Amino acid sequence: MAVGSAINPNDVVSNAQNVEILFFGQLKERLKCSKLSLEITRPLTISELKLRLVSQYPHWQPWLEERELLAALNQTMSSSDEIVKAGDELAFFPPVTGG
Amino acid sequence: MSIHIQVQTDDFNVGDEHNTLCSNNKSDGAVVTFTGLVREFSSGDNVIALELEHYPGMTEQLLQSIAEQAQTRWQLARICIIHRVGYLALGEQIVFVGVTSRHRQAAFEGAQFIMDYLKNHATFWKKEHFKDSSNWVEFKQSDKQALGKWEK
Repeated sequence: MAVGSAINPNDVVSNAQNVEILFFGQLKERLKCSKLSLEITRPLTISELKLRLVSQYPHWQPWLEERELLAALNQTMSSSDEIVKAGDELAFFPPVTGG
Repeated sequence: MSIHIQVQTDDFNVGDEHNTLCSNNKSDGAVVTFTGLVREFSSGDNVIALELEHYPGMTEQLLQSIAEQAQTRWQLARICIIHRVGYLALGEQIVFVGVTSRHRQAAFEGAQFIMDYLKNHATFWKKEHFKDSSNWVEFKQSDKQALGKWEK
C-alpha cells in the first residue's frame, strides 16, 4: 500500500486483490450491508469465501448459510463450488420475486 | 429481429409501447402484450405499495437472454420487456412484455414464456408495504411449476 497522499498507480493493482461482494433483497436488509470489498490471497470457492465472511462477521452466519441462498459470480448464476478470483464480482441473494 | 429491454423507475404507456411494436411492421399479423399491476395480496393485511429492487447489469443481461431464448423457439420479430423498480403504489404498472409474430400462437406462447422465465430468473426482489409494516415476498413454487410446460 502506498504511504503518503501521492496517488500511486500501484494502488490500482492492490485493489485487484479484492473481491467485490454484493447483497440484495432480504439478505441485504438482514446483514445491513449492500456491498463490501474482501481481500483474498488465493482463489477460493464460493463456499470457502462464504466461510471467510462468516469468520469475519459471525452474526451473519444464519443468513449466509440459508439453504435457498443464491450466488452469482460476475453476474452469472453460479454453484457453490465455483472459483472466485481477485477482481471478481460476487453477489448473494434470495430467490427472485419479480414480475 | 429486435429486442428492447428497459429497467426503470418511471411508469410506461402501454399504448405507446404497442404502437412501437406495430409501426412500420408489415410482416407480423399478431401482437401480444402483457401488463402486470401491483395488486392486493391475499395474505390478510392490505398492501398499500410494493418496493422493487434489482441487480443492475445482471437483470438487463438476463432479460436479454430470456428474449433471445424466446426468439430461438418462436418466430418473434419484435420483443419489448419493461420492468419497473422502486416504490410502486397499489394499481400501478410493474411489468410490460410485448411481442410480435406472423401468427398469434407464436406470439401468445412467446409472451407467456418470457413472463414465466422472468418470474423465475430475473434478479428482482419485491417487498410488500402495509400500513405499519413491510414484508419481503417469498418465491412461489407455482412460478417454478409454470416453467414445466416449456421443458422439452
